[in-house]
Amino acid sequence: MIGKCSSCFMKVNGLPNVKTCREPVKDGLVIERQAGWISPDTNNEESSSVELREIDVDVLVVGGGPAGLSAALKASEYGLDVAVVDEHFKIGGQLLKQTHKFFGNVELFGGMRGFQIAEEYSKKLKSSEKIRVLTRSVVYGVFRGGLVGVIGENTHYVVKPKVVVGSTGAAERYLDFLNNDLPGVVGAGGVQTIMNEYGVKPGESALVVGSGNVGLIVAYQLLQAGVAVRAIVEILPEVGGWFVHAAKVRRYGVPILLQHTVKAVYGDGRVREVEVVAVDENFNPVPGSEKRFKVDLVLLAVGLEPDTRFFSQCGAVMKWSPELGGLVPLRTLDLETSVRNLYIAGDASGIEEATTAIMEGQIAALSAVSKLADRSKAGRAEEEMEKICKFLWEDYRTSPVLARARRGKQLVTVSREEMEKIRVTYPPRVSFG
Amino acid sequence: MSEFPYRKTGVVSLEELARLNLLPPEERLRKGPVAILECPEMIPCNICVPYCPTKAIKMERLIDVPAVDWDKCIGCGICVAVCPGLAAFVVDTSKNDFDYVTVPHEFIPVPRVGDEVVLLNKLGERIGRGTVVRIWERNKTYVATVRVPKGLSMEVRAIWVKQ
Repeated sequence: MIGKCSSCFMKVNGLPNVKTCREPVKDGLVIERQAGWISPDTNNEESSSVELREIDVDVLVVGGGPAGLSAALKASEYGLDVAVVDEHFKIGGQLLKQTHKFFGNVELFGGMRGFQIAEEYSKKLKSSEKIRVLTRSVVYGVFRGGLVGVIGENTHYVVKPKVVVGSTGAAERYLDFLNNDLPGVVGAGGVQTIMNEYGVKPGESALVVGSGNVGLIVAYQLLQAGVAVRAIVEILPEVGGWFVHAAKVRRYGVPILLQHTVKAVYGDGRVREVEVVAVDENFNPVPGSEKRFKVDLVLLAVGLEPDTRFFSQCGAVMKWSPELGGLVPLRTLDLETSVRNLYIAGDASGIEEATTAIMEGQIAALSAVSKLADRSKAGRAEEEMEKICKFLWEDYRTSPVLARARRGKQLVTVSREEMEKIRVTYPPRVSFG
Repeated sequence: MSEFPYRKTGVVSLEELARLNLLPPEERLRKGPVAILECPEMIPCNICVPYCPTKAIKMERLIDVPAVDWDKCIGCGICVAVCPGLAAFVVDTSKNDFDYVTVPHEFIPVPRVGDEVVLLNKLGERIGRGTVVRIWERNKTYVATVRVPKGLSMEVRAIWVKQ
């Protein structure tokens, strides 16, 4: 969901509330503006011409980003049948809009650019007979008997999975300030979609709000696209993201204003000017410190929130985690939630980053394999899973730049015994298997 | 909050680099081109290690700050091309008339050999002009070696090409 808000809702071929940012252009499209939410016409004849298809799979993967794709591929390598559902017309999730090179090590795609990793996964998934990919498809609900409803293009799927990997990603946070609904105030993810995925220059001059890795990286990408970046503002007294990303924008002259936030934007019909203000240690605005910048874009990169609606509906036991960006399901070390056979991986499990998402997807898939495959494969899968868990927890996550996420993930991970007790106390509403 | 000044500025000082053994000793600098990895944070990344053709970069753990063996480093610039953080540079102060700096460049237009470019420091300040003497590419990162006025080798960290 990152990079896909509701600001672009339009009527497409008579159908209201279409997110036009993910509607491919083709001949004969009729596009009309709409104001506000329009209730769809349920008596429409077209709505009855949808084909119903039932699918049995070993593993259903909800969300085709780094976590979901790595889970699907790993499960298929051990012979399981997999279906991947993704709302976009291309799989890859956030990888599609990442043009920078990834960190880590070469075994985990380090050195490749995000969209190249998406291409690589896409190729592998398409060549696997074990994997079915449903793009432009949305999981709309889960039902008794462990049935999952998916609505795709003219097809309504009812999926009966043995295991579900929920890799539903995250949503961008918004920020309150005067006129924040003016066109030109955009999520950083939205800009990455139009700029990096579709190749459209989003404006001429920008201010970025938030100096986490997303803010720093998008500022660099704006410069690459020929957009002037006037400043990055950060409410905290230090830069949020990694030093190397900050250094990249500093050396092209972008100032990072610490202890500053946005007060207002101004413009007639769209953003023309932004006003920023310094804050004190209690985040209160310092009167008289206001500064104005002439910009036509204000990018919000103020954090992400795990998208765990699917898990809530299943009745998974959740916990609030400020370190992880919000409410997330409790899970065991192998990422199973309190709903048996429902796994979680990637940003949905707590905001972290793409490389850890890839590892989490693999762990979830290998745990599923250890339950579903024959004994020799199950044994191999368990060994591989332990190796990845060890690397993730004892090498990768020991980096100080991941300390906060690591602490958060420790706090929402419980032992298998504890999880059994939780299942008795809070029985889930559905079960898979 | 962090005690490291670079966490506030996005700029790492020579003192900080020296403290982390990321600055080559004076006598090595005088010998010829050598890599400077401006990578002071313990991030989970070791991409430069397997790509270094002379095995001059060592890391015991994935999260370690890189350690460069200055005698093994030949200043080839492969690390400049592959570093995902664009934090690797090569400096050459061995010549009498000019210094040479090798920087990553991911902007269009891509300069050609002989082009005059604007020299930028870590703050993005324009500190002079230089001439591109070599340019090559690896996975869309261009690696530009620039001839710069003597004394600027530790200052220049980016180039800007007039559009």
